[in-house]
Amino acid sequence: MDTADLHIVEDHSTEAHDDHHEQGFVEKYIFSQDHKTIAKQFLISGILWAVIGGLLSVFFRLQLGFPNMSMEWLRPLLGGWISANGQLDPGFYLAMVTMHGTIMVFFVLTAGLSGTFSNFLIPLQIGARDMASGFMNMLSYWFFFLSSVIMFTSFFISTGPASGGWVIYPPLSALPQAMSGSGLGMTLWLIAMALFIVSTLLGGINYVATVINLRTDGMSFTKLPLTIWAFFLTAIIGILSFPVLLSAALLLILDRSFGTSFYLSEIYIGGEALPNLGGSPILFQHLFWFLGHPEVYIVLLPSLGITSEIISTNSRKPIFGYKAMIGSMIGIGFLSFIVWAHHMFVTGMNPFLGSIFMLLTLIIAIPSAIKVFNYIATLWQGNIVFTPAMLFSIGLVSFFISGGLTGLFMGNSALDIQLHDTYFIVAHFHLVMGSAAFFGMLAGVYHWFPKMFGRMMDAKLGYIHFWLSFIGIYLIFFPMHYIGIAGFPRRYYSFTNFDAFSSFTDLNAFISVAAIATFTAQFIFLFNFFYSMFRGKKASSNPWKSNTLEWTTPINPGHGNWPGEIPKVYRWPYDYSKPGAPDDFIPQTVPLSETPESNLPHENELINMESKADDDAIVINTDDKE
Amino acid sequence: MLIGLGTLLLLLVVVLLYKVSTMIGVAKNKSEGPDSRSNNINGILMLVFLIVFSGAIVYSAYVYYDDYVIPVASQHGVTTDDMFWVTMWVTGFAFVVTHVLLFYYAFRYRYRKNNKATFYPDNSKLEVIWTIVPAVVLTLLVLYGLNVWTDITSQAPEESEVVEIMGMQFAWKTRYPGNDNQLGNYDYKKIDAANMFGMDLTDKNSFDDFTPREIHLPKGKPVLFNIRARDVLHSVYVPAFRLKMDAVPGMPTKFWFIPTKSTAEMREETGNPDFNYELACAEICGDGHFTMRMVIVVDEPADYEKWKKEQQTWLSKNPEYISSIPEELREVALISSGINTEAAKVSEASL
Repeated sequence: MDTADLHIVEDHSTEAHDDHHEQGFVEKYIFSQDHKTIAKQFLISGILWAVIGGLLSVFFRLQLGFPNMSMEWLRPLLGGWISANGQLDPGFYLAMVTMHGTIMVFFVLTAGLSGTFSNFLIPLQIGARDMASGFMNMLSYWFFFLSSVIMFTSFFISTGPASGGWVIYPPLSALPQAMSGSGLGMTLWLIAMALFIVSTLLGGINYVATVINLRTDGMSFTKLPLTIWAFFLTAIIGILSFPVLLSAALLLILDRSFGTSFYLSEIYIGGEALPNLGGSPILFQHLFWFLGHPEVYIVLLPSLGITSEIISTNSRKPIFGYKAMIGSMIGIGFLSFIVWAHHMFVTGMNPFLGSIFMLLTLIIAIPSAIKVFNYIATLWQGNIVFTPAMLFSIGLVSFFISGGLTGLFMGNSALDIQLHDTYFIVAHFHLVMGSAAFFGMLAGVYHWFPKMFGRMMDAKLGYIHFWLSFIGIYLIFFPMHYIGIAGFPRRYYSFTNFDAFSSFTDLNAFISVAAIATFTAQFIFLFNFFYSMFRGKKASSNPWKSNTLEWTTPINPGHGNWPGEIPKVYRWPYDYSKPGAPDDFIPQTVPLSETPESNLPHENELINMESKADDDAIVINTDDKE
Repeated sequence: MLIGLGTLLLLLVVVLLYKVSTMIGVAKNKSEGPDSRSNNINGILMLVFLIVFSGAIVYSAYVYYDDYVIPVASQHGVTTDDMFWVTMWVTGFAFVVTHVLLFYYAFRYRYRKNNKATFYPDNSKLEVIWTIVPAVVLTLLVLYGLNVWTDITSQAPEESEVVEIMGMQFAWKTRYPGNDNQLGNYDYKKIDAANMFGMDLTDKNSFDDFTPREIHLPKGKPVLFNIRARDVLHSVYVPAFRLKMDAVPGMPTKFWFIPTKSTAEMREETGNPDFNYELACAEICGDGHFTMRMVIVVDEPADYEKWKKEQQTWLSKNPEYISSIPEELREVALISSGINTEAAKVSEASL
């Protein structure tokens, strides 16, 4: 098995090397099959989407914070969506909320995060020349690109983009009569998402195949960095759950355009009774959340993997409880499939089912708690270097705790009755999955920027960016808990119709100001990112003194990643500050036989096996050449 | 245009600041290794953040207390509120402990040049402890929650007052069963401008149903909401009752509860003479989602009965529909809907 893999890899690499010098611009930067280029394509697309998604939130925060403000000045941009008296159109408000959610969840935190870091790090950290299929990988990006174009186009049609919430519950999303966004905008949304799912699946299958098959010599699963474990599990979750969303979307397309009644029954709208009978809107919610809940972990796990790596490296300590970390990720991954109906406690679903899902949901808090404790234990007695990446990782842990704990409220079906669809849930998921995953992504960019572009990002700007974002995000989302406990429903264009929701005008304005400030602070990052790409300080080969394989490649790794042979791996990636070792890190490529001074007793026993493995490997290689 | 200009200006400022800072950096000619000054500053900021953050939480929780603790007026609401605060204390404790450790460790163990981190890859005992402790706490919370949830979702008592609530774009409609305590059947195909509920007039139970503009409920008695929607999803949401249940087209849902305070009592308690119980929509349902308001009035039981007697049946307000009642049931309809004979004659004549 190993021999066969080796053949494939080596063959591929020689081919790749021959190609390398003949690549034209298009092949190198546009229709590239190199995982590093594709990762950068995903990253830059993700950043562009994040700016759009963030800008939308600024617009609707203006409406929520300053409901009487004249939006006339937005007319050049929004045109007819500003009414004659200078107010934002309520339908377009919902469209912006919908698109903000869609963009952030799927285009930024799924494609932008997994697409970037799974692509970039899997081959580099497991010691592979490239992905299992470079061509599929390229297709994955271009399906995403096409999906992006279609989703973006929907902003410019006269009926506006989809506006029924990012969860697109039918019948609202199924009936163009119900709201204007459910017309062409919804059709484009569905087409874009179908293409997006294809992209995710192409990517996911590739990640799994690569991790299973293309690990370098010695890189057993127990020596994999936690990043790779996280990407691997994320990809599996994605492969299992995204097809269900596709089927949900397909049935919705059939209901919308071909007269079927999967989700529709007994509807009277726009002055007529529709013929549809026997469908169930609840069926859609089951299908949607069967993806939707795992999606939360698709968004979060890569970030947790990234921060595990960064926190360990910058604490100069092994990650505490490596196996517990893997175990809890597997636990989270598994449980994520059997908790979906906690989004549906008040849909009229059988209350007994609610009890079961409440039980399962609260179980998922255990592996999450273990992860938090392990992070904190890793910091304990460390020698913590505050790189911007490290700061963002600590920020992630904080968000993960704050948002995770409110999950105990939401997951409790009896409490969910009151809190469901209020600002409490908005605060909850923006902290635990939105901001936490976003911080993981930023941490990853700061940490691996030197490997991506061969230059360093400016640390000071990184610090400023971190503190402004960290404080800003808490200023936005912490007060939302109060508004949620007071029962304010989400997706409300204005609260003036209700006496019950007449308080908190000051706090809503405050949140909006904080949101705008936090959004503005991201331009520091944008500047740092693009400026450093061309003008940043040249990176050294291992700027963070890290153990993982990617730092053994040249500063600007070419096609195939390592110019010579792929290095072998002899140890786990977390040998930081090992007693007896001269340096506070020992890269994975250093054999145990070279570090007798720092080996643990059981490691000394492994030395023999190590040399044997080396001999075997040499035999294979000579065979190969003959 | 303005945004573009603003962005450009902002970028310019950032570029300038950056240029200055790099020049200073070059002038200082930094040595290899982590910059210990920045590192100290960030470490101290971690501690500062912890303190300021805690202060801000305590302050805001105090200042806004009256705004976020809203009055509760249902029996199960008191139970869920209690559970809410129990959960708050449990999670609050975990929140404080983890955050203090997180930020304190970050500060305490910040990089020092001659320091070396402790190689401490695992400790099974610790791992077991912090698996079991949350597991036990969660089990208790789950049992507590299950108990409350089972009570709330149990079968409504026989004697419950039945009220139908229907969501539509963008209003709530309500229907009461009338004297016979039986809501009439409905068929969505019978809906029209006047017959908004699609009441089926071949069912004699519907003759005495009435459809008031406000919901009235008796204080201290179990009330069962029969909930449905006629176009898209809506969600019946009354914050003061801690009540929420989706309204689903094609799938009727229900929620029962006991209101404990009359509107008058609430006006006194809140010190707001204009207080009203409000029914809102909690599931996005279209452009007018935020306007779906209906007033609920909780009466003393005697007042409630009185109010009920005063209500005119839907049929008596819409006598033209008598024609769609099957011949053999018309007599019954006229009696149970309380239509006087004269009105009946008019409609007969119009046939």
